[in-house]
Amino acid sequence: MANTKHQGKTLAVTVLAWLVALLIFFPILWTIITSFKTEGEAIASTPSFLFFDWTLENYAEVQSRSDYFSHVMNSVVISFGSTFLGLLIAVPAAWSMAFAPSKHTKNILMWMLSTKMLPPVGVLVPIYLYFRDWNLLDTQIGLVLVLTMVNLPIIVWMLYTYFKEIPGDILEAARMDGASLAKEILYVLTPMAVPGIASTLLLNIILAWNEAFWTLNLTAAKAAPLTAFIASYSSPEGLFWAKLSAASTLAIAPILIIGWFSQKQLVRGLTFGAVK
Amino acid sequence: MATKNTRASARMMMAPAVIMLFIWMIVPLAMTLYFSFLRYNLLNPAVTDWAGSFNYTFFLTDPAFNAALINTLLLVGGVLAVTVIGGTLLALLMDQPFWGRGIVRLLVISPFFVMPTVSALVWKNMLMHPVYGLFTWIAHVFGLEGIDWLSDIPLTSITLIVSWQWLPFATLIFLTALQSLDREQMEAAEMDGAGPVSRFIYIVLPHLARAITVVILIETIFLLSVFAEILVTTNGGPGTESTNITYLIYSQALLLFDVGGASAGGIIAVILANIVAVFLIRLIGKNLEA
Repeated sequence: MANTKHQGKTLAVTVLAWLVALLIFFPILWTIITSFKTEGEAIASTPSFLFFDWTLENYAEVQSRSDYFSHVMNSVVISFGSTFLGLLIAVPAAWSMAFAPSKHTKNILMWMLSTKMLPPVGVLVPIYLYFRDWNLLDTQIGLVLVLTMVNLPIIVWMLYTYFKEIPGDILEAARMDGASLAKEILYVLTPMAVPGIASTLLLNIILAWNEAFWTLNLTAAKAAPLTAFIASYSSPEGLFWAKLSAASTLAIAPILIIGWFSQKQLVRGLTFGAVK
Repeated sequence: MATKNTRASARMMMAPAVIMLFIWMIVPLAMTLYFSFLRYNLLNPAVTDWAGSFNYTFFLTDPAFNAALINTLLLVGGVLAVTVIGGTLLALLMDQPFWGRGIVRLLVISPFFVMPTVSALVWKNMLMHPVYGLFTWIAHVFGLEGIDWLSDIPLTSITLIVSWQWLPFATLIFLTALQSLDREQMEAAEMDGAGPVSRFIYIVLPHLARAITVVILIETIFLLSVFAEILVTTNGGPGTESTNITYLIYSQALLLFDVGGASAGGIIAVILANIVAVFLIRLIGKNLEA
């Protein structure tokens, strides 16, 4: 009796949860479905949900536009480049903050976080003018540099919270055994830090892949990553929904999958370990 | 001796990050401040007179500024309200035992990974389009007149789109926090006859306090600078109905090429953000200590 009641409750919760989840996921699902329709079907006055002739022609067309691949490459270069460059600068910094803190460390960390509070639009004009003068507008290297700086505070914070959790006892034990600082870092600390660095890497690729303010303002055609390229579909003339959907699906699919795998790191990373 | 050595090398290791971030922040900020006192338009770059406080009075007395300021607050406040309340309810739901929980969670967090330009375009064209959009079709199914979302209620529409993007984040954070809730305490309260509502108010909500603080902090940072969603959907219009501070300064700078005016706007945006930041940093600083 009690068991049946329990099961009834689980069933009700299951139905409710699935309904809510599908409602939230619907815009993405709808984009994916539309990407397999013909343009005519995509704007049919009575939308066909699943029963239509599925076609791959939109993907073929997006693929055949030679410039599409170059935008994918821009996204890859910019997000991976800025993440690696950021890690290169942030790992030593976070390292020393976690293992050799001074009385200013906390203040420096807070100051770094506060730079995230600076609205990007507050520094848009000079950056834009410098980029114009240095011929960095619409270049990959320019965006790599900007996104590195934009995400640097977050990278440092994330690494710091991960490094902080490496127990100091192990370091002491290694030191007792006569390990030099270099050996200590190479053989003791680094292996323990790899998971934290990997999580930081994943999260920053996601953040950089989806970044839209700087990519929209500092690129035109040549170096535009997918965020900026997709925005060019916003022109009101002509409804190319099926092609837009195909391009969108291709743009979000890889990052969605990475995101699904790194949801735990997302919580830790973006809350700096404050929520467990 | 070893510690002295370590400390010196620690400073060396920190230096690049600190110096680069400092330059990245201070140089453009100083330039913005300098430009903000100049009469400087890129369409006529030869003229760069000292303008005194002209740009500031011009920007602050522009009716568009008032509209943008109110829109910014409404957008941030609206999205925060939807995501914090909705996220709490969703997290409570996801925390129940049910079939297919893993997949449901993946579906719910997905919008967070969709790039802003894509989500804005999908909502604008395929859902909110006044003729072919799905919302219009649904309205017709129920015999109602569809509405032109982005023309009739642009700010509400944008709030809805941005909320959809941030709801997953709040849900995920709250869910993580809920999972560390002490089950025994909940059961004890239930035994003592506490109903679901009072259990929520006296046990769950205090437990979520820190998570809520963090969500408000992170979301505010990003929401103050919402840009792509407005650029792609309404271009700030009709009129200034969906213009926020970020979009206003962008249009002043890159559409009107008014470097002086845009810079004054930028400084004002920085000051406004700092007022919010001082308050928020205190909150999170306190929470991170424990």
